[in-house]
Amino acid sequence: MLEGLANGLRWLGKRVNDRVWRLGFASRFLLMTLVYSGTALRRFFLTIREIYFTGVLSLIIILVSGLFVGMVLGLQGYDTLQRYGSSEALGVLVALSLVRELGPVVAALLFASRAGSAITAEIGLMKATEQLSAMEMMAVNPIARVVAPRFWAGVISMPLLAGLFSAMGVLGGYLVGVRLIGVDEGSFWSQMQASVDFSEDILNGVIKSFVFGIIVSWIAVFEGYDAEPTAEGVSGATTRTVVTSSLAILAADFILTAFMFRGT
Amino acid sequence: MTIPRGKVVAIMGISGGGKTTTLRLIGGQVRASSGTVLVDGQDVAGLQGKALYDLRRRMGMLFQFGALFTDMSVYDNVAFQMREHTDLPADLIHDLVMMKLHAVGLRGVADLMPSELSGGMARRVALARAVALDPMLIMYDEPFAGLDPISLSIIGELIRALNDALGASSIIVTHDVQESLKIVDYIYIVSGGRIVAEGTADDIRQSTAEYVHQFVWGEADGPVAFHYPASPYRDEIHAVAGHA
Amino acid sequence: MNRLTLDLWVGFFVAIGLASLGFLALKVGNLSGSSMSDTYRLEAKFDNIGGLKVRAPIKSAGVVVGRVAEIRFDSEGYVAVVRMQVDGRYKFPRDTFATILTSGLLGEQYVGFEVGGEQDVLKDGDVIKKTQSAVVLEKLISQFMFSKAAGDDAGKQ
Repeated sequence: MLEGLANGLRWLGKRVNDRVWRLGFASRFLLMTLVYSGTALRRFFLTIREIYFTGVLSLIIILVSGLFVGMVLGLQGYDTLQRYGSSEALGVLVALSLVRELGPVVAALLFASRAGSAITAEIGLMKATEQLSAMEMMAVNPIARVVAPRFWAGVISMPLLAGLFSAMGVLGGYLVGVRLIGVDEGSFWSQMQASVDFSEDILNGVIKSFVFGIIVSWIAVFEGYDAEPTAEGVSGATTRTVVTSSLAILAADFILTAFMFRGT
Repeated sequence: MTIPRGKVVAIMGISGGGKTTTLRLIGGQVRASSGTVLVDGQDVAGLQGKALYDLRRRMGMLFQFGALFTDMSVYDNVAFQMREHTDLPADLIHDLVMMKLHAVGLRGVADLMPSELSGGMARRVALARAVALDPMLIMYDEPFAGLDPISLSIIGELIRALNDALGASSIIVTHDVQESLKIVDYIYIVSGGRIVAEGTADDIRQSTAEYVHQFVWGEADGPVAFHYPASPYRDEIHAVAGHA
Repeated sequence: MNRLTLDLWVGFFVAIGLASLGFLALKVGNLSGSSMSDTYRLEAKFDNIGGLKVRAPIKSAGVVVGRVAEIRFDSEGYVAVVRMQVDGRYKFPRDTFATILTSGLLGEQYVGFEVGGEQDVLKDGDVIKKTQSAVVLEKLISQFMFSKAAGDDAGKQ
C-alpha cells in the first residue's frame, strides 16, 4: 500500500517537475523572442504580413460574435432590469459588461482559438518539414524571422480586436434594446455615457486585452516552436495552445479584475 | 574523416548509423561531446552567434525532401539568402536567381509555389537555393530519396557539375549506393557512430570486407543481421513449446 | 498576396480598430467631460459622509464643478475630512453650504454646493464652514418611527 502511495507521489512529482521545467524553458524563449525582435520591427513588412494573417482574418469572427453577444446582453439585460423598473439602465449594463469583461476576454478566447492555433500549427509544421533548420543553416535566425513577427502581430492585433468586439456589442445591444424592444434611445446613450468612465473602464479594458494578447501570442509561438516534428506532435501542440491560452486568459482576467475593480 | 577541397564525398550506412548527425555537427547544429570538427581550419564547436552565422553563410545545405519555405514562391526561396545577407539591388538579384534556376533547369517555375511542384522539381529548386551564394561547402541530406530514375540521374549530375563549377567540396549523405558510386571521389561507410570502411568508388566496389560487401550489394543477411534480437523461435510457437 | 493588397488590408484593420476604440472612448464613455485643467483645493468636515466615495462629483445647481480627491478621518474631532478639487473657473462665496446628497433615490452620493450671499470667495486651501452630513437611512426610519409613536401618544391623550 505504501508502495502505491510512493509511486503516486513520484508520478505527481514528475508531472509537476516537467511543467515547471517547461515553464522555465518557455520564459527563456519569450526572452529570446523579445531580444531578437529587432528584425521584426526594422523590417516591418514581416510583421504587417502577420498582422494580416492573425488580425484581419479574425475580423469576421470577432465582429459577428461581438454583435451577437451584444444582442444577447440586450435581451437578457432588459429581461432582468425591467423587473426592477430600471430598463433605461440597459445601456449602462451592456456597455460596462462589454468594455470591462466580455470584450477583452471573449475576444481573446476567440483569438486564441482562431489565430493562436493557426500560428502554432504553422510554426510546428515549419519545424516538422525542416524549414526552421534550413533557415538556421542559411544563417538566418528563425526566432527573429519567423517567431518574433508573429508574436508582435498578435500583441498589436489583440487590443484592436477587443475594441471592435466591444463596439459591435454596444451596437448589438442598441439594436435589440432601442430598435427592437423600445427602450428610450436618449436614456440608453446618456446613462451609458454618464456611467462608463474612460480611465476606469475603457482604459482598463484595453490594458486587459493587451495583457491577454501577450499571453496568447507567447503560448502560441512557444507551442509551435516546441512541437514534436510529427503529425501527432503538431496536433497536440495546437490543442495545447487553445487550452492553455484559454485557462491563462481566465486566470489573468481574475487577477487583473481584482487589481483594477476593487469596488472603490 | 577528411573532406578535401574540390572533392565530392559520400557518407553511407544503414539508418541510424550517424550520417545525418555528422552533417549537423559540421553545420554546428549539434555540439560534439568529444573530438573536434574543423571547417576551413575553424573549430565549429567554439563558434557562437555571429561567427557561427558567418561560417554558415559559406555553407549550403540541401535538406531531405527540400525543405522549401512553403509560404514563398520558388523565386523568393532562391532569392532568400541574397536578400537576407546582401544588399544587392533587385535587378541583380533577379539575374542571379534566374542563373541559379537555369543551372538546375527550372527557370520556368520561378513564379510557382512549392506546393505546386513535383518532388523532383522541389528537390532541384532546393538545390538552386542551397548554392545561391556560391558556398565553399555543400551538404546533401539524402538527395536521392524517393525520386524517379530520371530525376535521380539529373540530381546526381547536378551535384557533380555544381561542385566542379564552384570549386567547392560536397558531402552527400545517402543510402543510394549505385547512384553515388557514379559521381563521388571518396566514400565513408559509417555504422553505429564509427567509420567501418572508406575508400574510392573502385575500392568500395571491389572490397571483400563483409560489412561493405553486404551494404554495397544489398544482401539481406550478413554483419547486419536480418532478425531483430528476440527469444528463441521454438519458445514463441505455442504448439511446439507446449503452452496452454 | 502582394504587398499592396496586404498593406491595404492591414491599414484598414488598424484604422477600424482604432476607430472602434475611439468610439468607445467618446460615445460610450465620458472622455470629453473628465478634463479639468486648473483646480484649487477646498476642505470640508462632515459628521457622516454616508456612501461618499473618492472621485465622486461635486455639483452646484446640478452641474459638475469638481471631484472629491481624498477622504480622511480626523481622530481629534472624530469627524470626516473631505478634500475636494474644484474647477478653477468657478468661484464660490465663503458662506457656501456643502451637503452630501444622493443622486436619485438610491443612486450614488455626491457633494452639493449651495451658495450664500457673501462677497468674499473661497481660495485654495480654505475650509468650508457650513456642512450638512449625509442622510443615513436607518436614522431616518427610526426618526420616523419615533415621531409617529409620539404623534400617536399625543393623539391618544
